[in-house]
Amino acid sequence: MDKVEQEIVVNNIHGLHARPAALFVQIANKFDSAVQLEKDGDIVDGKSIIAVLSLGVTKGTRIKLMLEGDDANEAFMELRKFLEENNA
Amino acid sequence: MLKLKGIAASQGIAIGRAYCLGEDEFSIPKRKISYEEISREIYRMEEALIDTRKEIVTIQDKISKELGFSEAKIFEAHLLVLEDRVLIEDVIKQIKSKKVNVEFAFSRSIKKYTDALLNFDDEYLKERAIDIKDIGKRVLRKLLKRDTDRIYNIKEKVIIVTHDLSPADTAVLPKDKIIGFATDIGGSTSHTAIIARTLGIPAVVGLDVLTKHTVCNEMLIVDGSEGVVVVRPLERTIKSYQKKLEQIRKIEEAIHVPRAFKPKTVDGKEVIVSANIELPEELPLIKHFGAEGVGLYRTEYIFLGRNKLPSEEEQFKAYFNVAKTLKPSSVIIRTMDVGGDKFLSRPEMPHEFTPFLGWRAIRFCLARPDIFKVQLRAILRASVEKNIQIMFPMISGISELREAKRLLDECRGELKKEGRYFDNDIKIGVMIEVPSAALTADALAKECDFFSIGTNDLIQYSLAVDRANEKVAYLYEPAHPAVLRLIKDVISSAHKNNIWVGMCGEMAGEIIFAFLLLGLGLDELSMPPPRIPKIKELIRKIRLSDAKDAASKVIDFSTSAEIERYLQDYLRNILKGDSRQLLGA
Repeated sequence: MDKVEQEIVVNNIHGLHARPAALFVQIANKFDSAVQLEKDGDIVDGKSIIAVLSLGVTKGTRIKLMLEGDDANEAFMELRKFLEENNA
Repeated sequence: MLKLKGIAASQGIAIGRAYCLGEDEFSIPKRKISYEEISREIYRMEEALIDTRKEIVTIQDKISKELGFSEAKIFEAHLLVLEDRVLIEDVIKQIKSKKVNVEFAFSRSIKKYTDALLNFDDEYLKERAIDIKDIGKRVLRKLLKRDTDRIYNIKEKVIIVTHDLSPADTAVLPKDKIIGFATDIGGSTSHTAIIARTLGIPAVVGLDVLTKHTVCNEMLIVDGSEGVVVVRPLERTIKSYQKKLEQIRKIEEAIHVPRAFKPKTVDGKEVIVSANIELPEELPLIKHFGAEGVGLYRTEYIFLGRNKLPSEEEQFKAYFNVAKTLKPSSVIIRTMDVGGDKFLSRPEMPHEFTPFLGWRAIRFCLARPDIFKVQLRAILRASVEKNIQIMFPMISGISELREAKRLLDECRGELKKEGRYFDNDIKIGVMIEVPSAALTADALAKECDFFSIGTNDLIQYSLAVDRANEKVAYLYEPAHPAVLRLIKDVISSAHKNNIWVGMCGEMAGEIIFAFLLLGLGLDELSMPPPRIPKIKELIRKIRLSDAKDAASKVIDFSTSAEIERYLQDYLRNILKGDSRQLLGA
């Protein structure tokens, strides 16, 4: 079982609002690994749209992405790419 | 099981499922559940989530076709909320640990997360909170089965459960699907109660907290005779009520009167027993229950629950239809009684703190001749069969009657000029429902053709009791000595001036009061159609001389309790055999 943790600055133009958040959650749910997000000490389930939204992630926010599971590395690559890309 | 005590508004028993009508904001019932019910509540949530998902996918498809794929993408977040594990786990946790029903748990979770989002100083997130709220509402609607259209598709007959039923609500309800009414507020003469009695549907009002305790689709018993509602009754409670229901049916059959019989007392006095109607659907009831015409045709339904005033043509058609159907029986049309608890859905009606003392009925009509004259013209035009009479509500003094008659004359003149036909001898009546009118009845009687006493309002104005306020509803006593004295004087003023006098209030349909009123000399009794067979049967079983004797005694009594007891005993003595059952009817 792999474990990945890394801080990322969210570049997505709307942060993790609405559609970006929805896409993030959809990507997270493709993988078996547990996905968690941490911001200012709050840790939430990255597979829950409500939880991700309530974290209040705006563009430029620094968050920590934490993954654990057999496909953690693969999931990490995809999620980081999504967060760092300015793709809104 | 939960037993709630309210005000008995319309007799009879209904056993069936609750159908909750609500405003847009939900009143979410909170209910403790047992350990065994936990899995059922969770299952109900899953079902509601799946149903909502289907609903949203349908909307999404539609939008995708109409506006394009990318617009439809907006609903991606909606769909994710429906399968959001944080949300779902939070609801399940509440159901399990707090042992509450799913509606309550779900609405709490939704509120928790939307509040959290609303706290961000970020417009974008605030909008997402609204999305989540919207999803929450859709799911709750599934749980509470509250789609308004649904009631038209239900197969089973239901009991309407609601905080209050406005006249506008009632107008759009499918009456044939309703077996009972139960409401949080209201008194025995509130609108819901009157409608229920007119339709012969059991009703309990003034239940205060009913909607907080009732979940849609649950079993309910409405006991309109005792004023009790049982929520989630036990099997044996249902059985015992079914037995009672059977008994009521037997009584009804025992006093079943051949419809064609003229109501005539044993000593030969013929009495007119007519019907109060409110809606066109009730027309068949008039023949069915053997009424002699209509003593009160309420016209408000034409005006309520709409944005545009009805045209003269539309009103003419409605009135003419009633007159033609009932010909040769007569129809007393009461001009619109809007205001009070019945409002036009128009900005013209300002909010009033004491609407029953405010701008309503004839006061509104005289202030707005542009609206009033349309109705008067329509009534006149419908009178070609010569069986329509016209009645003005809420007259408080002679000048209002004169002004109303002047406007009616204006309409006559206009119609004549236009070459239209109408009944030139149309009879004009005054509804006696304001104490000042009752006290000056001798003056009014000289300038009209008949009186009809409206006891519902006369009682509330004389006794200063707001009939919709359940805290004071107990003071509403039809047999209050003050009320009886007013009625007696009105009758004698009418007869002195050779006009007839009837009653179109609820009182006329009550066995003991009908007996008393005949004794006081009333010429006509008008009531909700389902009451008619019993009152006709009563009339056929009594002597007018007995009624006069009883009336002359009770008029000097000092409390309504004494009066009612005396009348009960008197009737028990003179009624024989089967007809004694009338006393329980």
